[in-house]
Amino acid sequence: MSVTLADIKRGEKAIITDVSSIHIPLKLLEMGCLPGNSVELVQVAPFADPMYLNINGSHLAIRKETAIHILIEISNG
Amino acid sequence: MGKQINVALIGNPNTGKTSVFNALTGLNQKVGNYPGITVEKKEGICKLPRGVKAHILDLPGTYSLNASSLDESVVIELLLNKNDKDFPDVAVVVCDVENLKRNLLLYTQIKDLQIPTILAINMADRMTYKGISLDIDILEKELNTKIAIISTKKNQGIHELKTLIADYKKLPVTPCLNISVIDPDYFKSLEDTFPKQLLYKLWLVISQDANFGEIERQEFDALKDFKTKSKADLKRLQQKETIKRYQFINNVLKKGQLIDLSKAKDLRIKLDRILTHKVWGYVIFIAILLLIFQAIYDWSGVPMDFIDNTFASLSEWANNVLPSGPFTSLLAEGVIPGIGGVVIFIPQIAFLFFFIALLEESGYMSRVVFLMDKIMRPFGLSGKSVVPLISGTACAIPAVMATRNIESWKERLITILVTPFTTCSARLPVYLILIALVIPQGRIFGFSYQALTLLLLYLIGFGAALGAAFVLHKTLNIRSKSFFVVEMPNYKTPLFKNVAITVIEKTKAFVFGAGKIILAISVVLWFLASYGPGENFNNAETIVSQQVASQNLSEDELNQQIASFKLENSYIGIAGHAIEPAISPLGYDWKIGIAVLTSFAAREVFVGTLATIYSVGSDDEDTIKNRMAKEVHTVTKAPVFNLASGISLMLFYAFAMQCMSTLAIVKRETNGWKWPMFQLISMSILAYVVALAAYQFLK
Repeated sequence: MSVTLADIKRGEKAIITDVSSIHIPLKLLEMGCLPGNSVELVQVAPFADPMYLNINGSHLAIRKETAIHILIEISNG
Repeated sequence: MGKQINVALIGNPNTGKTSVFNALTGLNQKVGNYPGITVEKKEGICKLPRGVKAHILDLPGTYSLNASSLDESVVIELLLNKNDKDFPDVAVVVCDVENLKRNLLLYTQIKDLQIPTILAINMADRMTYKGISLDIDILEKELNTKIAIISTKKNQGIHELKTLIADYKKLPVTPCLNISVIDPDYFKSLEDTFPKQLLYKLWLVISQDANFGEIERQEFDALKDFKTKSKADLKRLQQKETIKRYQFINNVLKKGQLIDLSKAKDLRIKLDRILTHKVWGYVIFIAILLLIFQAIYDWSGVPMDFIDNTFASLSEWANNVLPSGPFTSLLAEGVIPGIGGVVIFIPQIAFLFFFIALLEESGYMSRVVFLMDKIMRPFGLSGKSVVPLISGTACAIPAVMATRNIESWKERLITILVTPFTTCSARLPVYLILIALVIPQGRIFGFSYQALTLLLLYLIGFGAALGAAFVLHKTLNIRSKSFFVVEMPNYKTPLFKNVAITVIEKTKAFVFGAGKIILAISVVLWFLASYGPGENFNNAETIVSQQVASQNLSEDELNQQIASFKLENSYIGIAGHAIEPAISPLGYDWKIGIAVLTSFAAREVFVGTLATIYSVGSDDEDTIKNRMAKEVHTVTKAPVFNLASGISLMLFYAFAMQCMSTLAIVKRETNGWKWPMFQLISMSILAYVVALAAYQFLK
């Protein structure tokens, strides 16, 4: 099973490998959520949702339901 | 002196674009609306070197030219329409130095429209602190433009920016990206059909459904033949385009930007650990709200008493100095108390806008959105609904407009419908005067009972909003895709100038906007209260004298009896008595009834109305509050404003939809009368029922 952004743990860094562009708003792509870019989980809200991420230097928060459409590869633990 | 240069300020949200605007224009600015829509339009005049003048337009913040909201489409509409009178001669793209990579995306798009574009890199004061160094020469060469390094905080680089604007004709207009690389065949056929048009412009029109300038539209109408690509295909191409743009940007930044992470100090992480903590985050949020309410209540007491007394003595002065007659009485009993009823709320409204501006400017508001999202979702709301709900405490009108960045229509509609429940600044006057009248003084844990009552009313407002949202969420049958993206900006020390300008602008808008209505209603009320039909009104003196002949009254008492008899038989008295059966179960007399009725136009009219009604026919000049305290029932002689009727009134105002401007804005934002009418009717019924229950229970 492939790893999605919803599985990332706090402090972990990862590289985005693929995004399902149909499910992801263009705005998120434009904010740097693109294959090859780095992503790090900064903080999770209570109940583990939404997720506060650092994607390619941009700090943003997205919901878990969006994060499952972004495939990643964990690069360090 | 040449012609005025049109300058458009463009940039991502949270880049300090407004600070740059303020630095360029100072107080030389005006805020209006774009025609036909309620997007705020900020423009100003700036003097450039060599006596040149520039017209500066501060466009709404946007992440890209692919618009996803009404505010953003304003930007693209302007940039595509060369015939617009505001079409920029030069664009200034404002960037945050810490987020250059993402900010440059928008820059490349605007550059590709072949508009001369200056890059203004803002917040330069944070560079050393973040370990960032830039090679401006290389960046200028790679990006094909001129760059101004600015720090609005330290007031640096503004002069350089002005010089660059004045010299805009020297700027190259070479594009950054050849758009046809994303699909050569498609763009080749496009180019063959429209040899005169800019390809990127065509692409923007094809790829999104925005409404563009009238004249250009005709040229583009033929484009319909080209809309053969499916939505999914278009989106894939947009993604490809975005990747290409980032490749270009990464390449530029590799050469011209150096970030030494070992030198970077990150305050953000430390602050976020606390401010978005699952326990402390909420504790701090509630503490901040408490502080705000305490401040509004406690700090504004002195200036408010001062204003109240000033207007009371002004009325007295007018009565004494001016020759007596209808004009003087209109002035002293209609106009002056009416204006006083508006002016008195300036301190509180200014405080409220001050705090909201601080929360927005510091970057804290996004943390609240983040913290609250999961909690709001069961109510059919989004974390982004928190911003409208909080700014609704200032005014529901900007709050309803602030829902535009909520991506899901259902979440947005529910937010619009429940926002008027939050305690807006117009309710404040009503609450404050009633609290002062019926809630005892005294303190518990340093907080006064009166401040706590106010806090409770705010909580009731939020509670009602959430409750109504929950009901709507369960009953509204709307399916809409929801997604949620929030930028978490850096924490910033708010700039005093920005906060001050916001406070001044918003307070001014309140005073003049609401002031006009209140003043007009005051004058009409004075007329209705000073004249009446029939024998009873005209012969009041004789009738009253006969009635009380046996009671041996002093002259003062007799005059008072006559005045109140006159008021009861005036036009307004007759109207008030007509509605009395409907409102007396709520504990209100006919005078309060009139005030409730007139305040359907706007809530804050309530106090002004009472001020006018009570000052007509009273000789001694007194403050509004003292007059209200003196009011007694005609039969029982018990005070009209007691705990039961006071609380019933406050609850009525907490739930009732009494604001025509909000209804108008809801109509505009939801495209029809259906939702505003629904709001008006259901909220009024709820208010009546709750007020009725409260009075019957407490009396």
